Amino acid sequence: MIALTRRYRFPAAHVLSHPALSVADNARIYGKCANPAGHGHDYGLEVTVAGEIDPATGQIIERERLDALVAQRVLDRFGHCLLNDDPAFASRVPTAENIALAIEALLGPAVASQPGARLLRVRLEETRKNSFETGEPR
Amino acid sequence: MLEKPPLPHVRLTRAVEFSTSLRYCNPDLSEAENRVRFGRKASHHGHNYRLEVTLSGEPDATTGMVIDLKDLQDVIDREVMTRFDHRDLNRDTPYFEKEPPTPENLARVIDRVLRAALPSGLYHGIRLYEDADTFVEVTASPAEHAT
Repeated sequence: MIALTRRYRFPAAHVLSHPALSVADNARIYGKCANPAGHGHDYGLEVTVAGEIDPATGQIIERERLDALVAQRVLDRFGHCLLNDDPAFASRVPTAENIALAIEALLGPAVASQPGARLLRVRLEETRKNSFETGEPR
Repeated sequence: MLEKPPLPHVRLTRAVEFSTSLRYCNPDLSEAENRVRFGRKASHHGHNYRLEVTLSGEPDATTGMVIDLKDLQDVIDREVMTRFDHRDLNRDTPYFEKEPPTPENLARVIDRVLRAALPSGLYHGIRLYEDADTFVEVTASPAEHAT
């Protein structure tokens, strides 16, 4: 199995609170992350694509193509915005777990549309101390 | 007689760094066509690669080690560092006459030489960083183990 990973980053704001819960319950579950005014992170994102090496290019997927897909689907959409306002989080709290799953759902079909490529893994670093992975482990 | 329970497997990783020069070039294409296909990477340039080599196995009952890291480093020095460090991938190695030295193709070569040189039961795979934002991993999939 051979796979290529590219790293990206995007800054975004969020509030961790569930609309169905009381202010007190949200504060109890999410602590300072429930601050209604919001807070934010420089998210680090690793996107891993597995597949066959195209003999013509020597690549699993062309870097420019992958970078463009990630920019269009993820970085331009989630970067510099309040994640709670995005439809992806209309019914889900934008925890890093849910952000990673949303990114996987947005990128999976786009990567699969490239010949011979599939999205193997998404890894989201919320801070240098917290990271979250979906898909196949290393 | 008590049977000894099997010890759990442990993965260990040794990292090295090496520096090379390279250019992406398909010999069947003209200079201009190579430039169209590969852009600036068709020009002579270089990278500081970081290679992580991962083995997986049961720690030896006596030494407590999966492998002696000195032995692992010796294999990496012989198979990787002498071949690639401060070399030109196109001119000084035989691997990229037909295919461009992309990180995918370089990782495949390194995987092949290390897989042949390391104890087969222990070799797990590699990660090759071309720069801080790009890496390629090669591991044996269960299907490849079966063949």
